Amino acid sequence: MSYKAKFRVWRGEGGEGKLEDFTVEVNEGEVVLDIIHRLQATQAPDLAVRWNCKAGKCGSCSMEINGKPRLGCMTRMSTFEEDETITVTPMRTFPVIKDLVTDVSFNYDKARQIPSFTPPADVKPGEYRMKQVDVERSQEFRKCIECFMCNNVCHVIRDHDENKPNFAGPRFLMRIAELDMHPYDVADRKDIAQDEHGLGYCNITKCCTEVCPEHIKITDNALIPMKERVVDRRYDPLVWLGNKIFKRSDSKTR
Amino acid sequence: MEIERHEYDVVVIGAGGAGLRAAIEARQQGKKTAIVCKSLFGKAHTVMAEGGAAAAMGNVNPNDNWQVHFRDTMRGGKFLNNWRMAELHAMEAPDRVWELEAWGALFDRTKDGKISQRNFGGHEYPRLAHVGDRTGLELIRTLQQRVVALQQEDYAVHGDYEAYIKVFAECTITRLMKDGDAIAGAFGYWRENGSLIAFDAPAVVLATGGIGKSYVVTSNSWEYTGDGHALALLAGAKLINMEFIQFHPTGMVWPPSVRGILVTESVRGDGGVLRNSEGKRFMFDYIPEVFKDKYATTEEEADRWYTDQAGNRRPPELLPRDEVARAINAEVKAGRGSPQGGVFLDVSTRLPAEEIRRRLPSMHHQFKELADVDITTEPMQVGPTCHYIMGGVEVDADTGAASVPGLFAAGEVSGGMHGSNRLGGNSLSDLLVFGRRAGAGAASYVDDLARRPKASEATLTEARNEALAPLERAGENPYEVHHELQRTMNDLVGIIRKADEVAEAMEAVEKLKERARGVGAAGTRIYNPGWHLCLDLRNMLLVSECVARAALIRQESRGGHTRDDFPGMSPEWRRRLLVCSATDDGDTVTVEEQFQPSMRADLIALFDRDELSKYLTDEELAEYDAAVAAVAAVKE
Repeated sequence: MSYKAKFRVWRGEGGEGKLEDFTVEVNEGEVVLDIIHRLQATQAPDLAVRWNCKAGKCGSCSMEINGKPRLGCMTRMSTFEEDETITVTPMRTFPVIKDLVTDVSFNYDKARQIPSFTPPADVKPGEYRMKQVDVERSQEFRKCIECFMCNNVCHVIRDHDENKPNFAGPRFLMRIAELDMHPYDVADRKDIAQDEHGLGYCNITKCCTEVCPEHIKITDNALIPMKERVVDRRYDPLVWLGNKIFKRSDSKTR
Repeated sequence: MEIERHEYDVVVIGAGGAGLRAAIEARQQGKKTAIVCKSLFGKAHTVMAEGGAAAAMGNVNPNDNWQVHFRDTMRGGKFLNNWRMAELHAMEAPDRVWELEAWGALFDRTKDGKISQRNFGGHEYPRLAHVGDRTGLELIRTLQQRVVALQQEDYAVHGDYEAYIKVFAECTITRLMKDGDAIAGAFGYWRENGSLIAFDAPAVVLATGGIGKSYVVTSNSWEYTGDGHALALLAGAKLINMEFIQFHPTGMVWPPSVRGILVTESVRGDGGVLRNSEGKRFMFDYIPEVFKDKYATTEEEADRWYTDQAGNRRPPELLPRDEVARAINAEVKAGRGSPQGGVFLDVSTRLPAEEIRRRLPSMHHQFKELADVDITTEPMQVGPTCHYIMGGVEVDADTGAASVPGLFAAGEVSGGMHGSNRLGGNSLSDLLVFGRRAGAGAASYVDDLARRPKASEATLTEARNEALAPLERAGENPYEVHHELQRTMNDLVGIIRKADEVAEAMEAVEKLKERARGVGAAGTRIYNPGWHLCLDLRNMLLVSECVARAALIRQESRGGHTRDDFPGMSPEWRRRLLVCSATDDGDTVTVEEQFQPSMRADLIALFDRDELSKYLTDEELAEYDAAVAAVAAVKE
């Protein structure tokens, strides 16, 4: 059942590199990450790749396979023709450290800029009461395994480093939506979503949703509703008037 | 060579649940804390936990309480557990789960809005707080976000997110440093660029997880190379219960991409049957004498059980995990295994396709996505998979302190809590309870220090030389040595052990240790997995040696240690713990017997005499009678 596959893998470090050709054994049932590991074990012991659980649960082995963002551990070799050359490159939106490993610190910086879960001061641990139906929206977003492929594919930053300071990407705009929809969160998140994290840049092309390995409906369930919440705030005449008169800083209702 | 230096109060090694909870606690107690982890922040093996976190909150059944949880835990561990740990765990788990909710976790809910709890093997009541089948992810994300919240607090006060808690991601620790007897810090390298780094810190918390990568078939990720176990040994600490490893009977064995990944027990519960290469439903041949009256002896009766559980005996596929695993092992060894070395688990001929998809959605999805196997039309191949090590660093139950001053451990890397066998759901709660306790223990140790220990230059130089050695020699490919170790442990110190096989494994490990001294890595220091593996090998070999040595000494079968030549459980052996220590070069491992202390009177009185009589010696039963009398006297 085994055959020799043609692989082209991006190799390089320090901003330079090139595609390197390999011919490598493939056995029945293997995934792309298995083949990368075989290259490590037999031909290129210093080939760098991030991975961890090998079960699609940790989101470490994000890479671009024939130009498409994929998890290496979830991409079966049987989805390719045996004579097809498979090109494996690092995620394009983030700087390459070496080979397939990229510097994803952008994501951790953005995570830190989003104010954390803010419960009311008077609710103590053990006293939280929430209906299942009320937690389900945020639960969907918490399925996120932080593979960062949504941020990788998003055209706002994919070839536009200049937008990075002002745009948190789908992953973290979804995080804002998750907190905004949390039944006990009392922080106001609409203005920061728009003003600091660039929700307005998103023009709902749904590329993020398409690449999400957890099948989270990022655009439909997080980004669009969040846009609507911002719009309700900013362009509802009554809210506008209320803000003018009462100078309310927190119009959020639970 | 430049070595980057950092000064911290507490260094936590490992960023899974235990490590993050420990770091949060140390920082909350005002300590400058570093979290050092091999992977990216938030990627630890904790994400793999599915079932839930066991905590006797009593949300679903109000009869549940910590005493019931304590009893279940001790039973599961076949009474080998450190009873004080089991007590603290059962008492504190609810608070640890509720705390997560206040940090933003969103567990599934009961109808009245509380945290929902599910049933699980060995737990008397529904007890596992859960989020679908991704509870571990919720846990790690919540703790990760709590760390970020603390960093935001620090930013507001000090203008620096990392003033009091900093994550050193993709950074591997290779040595603990000492000043005299006490911990003085930790030494390691950045995976990203291979540059060296040293932490000067009086307290180190080990939270590195398990050792599964010493086995071919494991549910564990690459990180599980026993780093913390080995670092502790090399620093002079002791490991206990290393012979106890939990093998789950049904892990995937084929295709290779998913080898070792768990196949849930519900497959068998819902009608799945085990067959060998001859198509025979072999479990009927493996019903042990003690279970003869509880399990069906014909296929007809077994099949009737699924619809009429009162009038029929259970199918033998539902025997306890160790029995099933032993049977699978025997079939494979007898040459009746599946092509890839397991047996067939078939549900496709047992239930309509639609029913399989409805009852086993995640299994259906798992096989379809990962293996391109449609379990509604073809059988799965399964075999025992190395899942969890009960053994680990011997610690003080209350503080997580190891015998070396300044060294602490929590989670899978620590030993004692689970005895000889861990219950499902007790791992996530373990890492929360003892992560917090180890963080607090480390903080209080730092408070009481008269002077801060300091590692000598010689210590640094030695650590540096050891770390760089593989790059400076053109030696054997480390992958070869690793594969051979995995095969050795899998074949000879696996789920079923025999004296001669374990002895053979020890000889093999000895030879591999020699070969490991000569492994070399090609390439540069920049993100070089070959080099990393050379360094991890030392840890895997050391831990494997401990497992093999302890497995050879314990002449009984209990929980995660099954000796073919000593099939019974012995009360005498229950009183004896095996304790491993090593020389600081790791060349010599010694195993000594240690007396298991008696349970406190009020705790032992929670059990029935009948049950205890299966586990305890006569001498202990006399203690039990006295304890019960004393407890009764107090009540009067």
